[in-house]
Amino acid sequence: MNNYTNLGSKDTRSGFGEALLELGKENENIVALCADLVGSLKMGDFAKAFPDRFFEVGIAEANMIGLAAGMTIGGKIPFTGTFANFSTARVYDQIRQSVAYSKKNVKICASHAGVTLGEDGATHQSLEDMGMMKMLPFMTVINPCDFNQTKAATKAIAVHEGPVYLRFGRPKVPNFTSPDQEFVIGKAVMLHEGSDVSIFATGHLVWKALEAIQILAEEGIKAELINFHTIKPLDNEAVLASVKKTGCVVSAEEHMRNGGLGDSIAQLLALHHPAPMEMVAVDDKFGESGTPEELLSRYGLDTPDVVAAVRAVLARKVHSG
Amino acid sequence: MLSTTDLSKISSQVRRDIIRMVHGASSGHPGGSLGAADFLVALYFACMKPDPNKFSIDGTGEDIFFLSNGHISPAWYSVLARYGYFKPGELATFRKLDTRLQGHPSILDETPGVRMASGSLGQGLSVALGAAISKKLNGDPKTVYCLMGDGELQEGQNWEALMYGAAKGVDNIIATVDYNQKQIDGPVEKVLSLGNLRAKLESFGWLVLEMNGNDMAEILDQLAVAKQQLNQGIPVIIIMHTKMGFGVDFMLDNHEWHGVPPNDEQAEKALEQLEETMGDY
Repeated sequence: MNNYTNLGSKDTRSGFGEALLELGKENENIVALCADLVGSLKMGDFAKAFPDRFFEVGIAEANMIGLAAGMTIGGKIPFTGTFANFSTARVYDQIRQSVAYSKKNVKICASHAGVTLGEDGATHQSLEDMGMMKMLPFMTVINPCDFNQTKAATKAIAVHEGPVYLRFGRPKVPNFTSPDQEFVIGKAVMLHEGSDVSIFATGHLVWKALEAIQILAEEGIKAELINFHTIKPLDNEAVLASVKKTGCVVSAEEHMRNGGLGDSIAQLLALHHPAPMEMVAVDDKFGESGTPEELLSRYGLDTPDVVAAVRAVLARKVHSG
Repeated sequence: MLSTTDLSKISSQVRRDIIRMVHGASSGHPGGSLGAADFLVALYFACMKPDPNKFSIDGTGEDIFFLSNGHISPAWYSVLARYGYFKPGELATFRKLDTRLQGHPSILDETPGVRMASGSLGQGLSVALGAAISKKLNGDPKTVYCLMGDGELQEGQNWEALMYGAAKGVDNIIATVDYNQKQIDGPVEKVLSLGNLRAKLESFGWLVLEMNGNDMAEILDQLAVAKQQLNQGIPVIIIMHTKMGFGVDFMLDNHEWHGVPPNDEQAEKALEQLEETMGDY
């Protein structure tokens, strides 16, 4: 049932770090800025290889965003690195005015997103970042699912003209997508075709959804699973085509329900193809300390939660059908 | 080379433009615009002298300017127009629907001369430092200029940027603080004092100059001094003493004219004090 094999668990942030180093070798306009989290962001190899193009800005994220915006003037392609919370909430107005409204080619790269940051607790666990970023005009928002995809996404945003928010995480998670994948911004990836229910997942929840469809298959439920690595622009065609076939939807993400992938999908469906929908997401809560796995379970973001959401939406589909 | 008299004549026209723009839009910020007019005229017409016919966002091979205190856009737009970036007639569209001359500067309509949105305060110095670093990386020997308000220095991001510029030795930038000591709610001293600004800037590691920003000869002198300090590992900042509302007696040094347009009678009275030297738009 699950045609995807874990090639060996790795953290998504290391995919970012590897790609950044390769980009540095390929294009001398690539520059990188970091706010005192070089090790956490895996930017050390780039910093070592290209000291003239690496800028340690200290614990001063607002200035980092402004510097990055300024560096685009003259043709540099800046990649900023810090945790998701400090990449977004801390500097929202700087991004809004100096990056988005000014249409600057800045790549805001954010690690340690979501509850899987773990033990540091709620101050560091950003669950609102994608929502904030997707509300900004001109901003592209990407949330890849594993090491290989994060690496491919990092390469893809370097050649995309315009502001991008790239979100990845801290823990080691199954690495199952192809190392040679073509990453197309805004194009969702079909992982498993099915006819009973559409599961639209992003980030770390994609693997959880893969586990879920195996369990569901044993019950005879044919679930379709699509990986929405791009939150904005949303692949509207992929959503509508799948839901027209299956008639019901479950979204799954490590993010607040407000402002997340499910929120975007619900808007689209409400306007164009209303269908029963359940959302696997955090329901208006802050996180807390714990291990990543404990927290995924505590906040309803684990494999059994995806399974339960599918059962719930199928029941509603029967009633409404 | 324009004489100080020539430059002052341009300033007079710029001040007329400012009054007519904010009056025409029934909104905008005349006070700071009038105070900074002389500096912006000197900067474009005598100091940077960029080619207005070859504007690009990258500004390669040219001195470039960032306005951090975007609310004095009337002064900037007028100088850009009078310098040749666009026809002065466009100034009549200021703050009106479909204009390229937004209340605060925007790049979305590709306004010639504008490289960055500003208005939300405190962001310009970081951007200017980034652009200066970009010039260094590109081997471009030209200079980056940035104008900030003094009230604006209450925003913390400025101090992150000041710390960064000195710590990393960004030495192809000349920043200027429009030190008119007024902000919307009153004197800066009362709203939130900057204390000893010169000492603060020096302790942050910047080379600090001071000048009277309403004296054309002194502006030219000090900009020349500032340029001589470039490329020595230390960023340069000028505390520019100006009077809000300079050129119009009833607006002079009065914070109440920060963001209020004159009515018909006041506009007429103001224009009587400002010589029309280049033809009104």
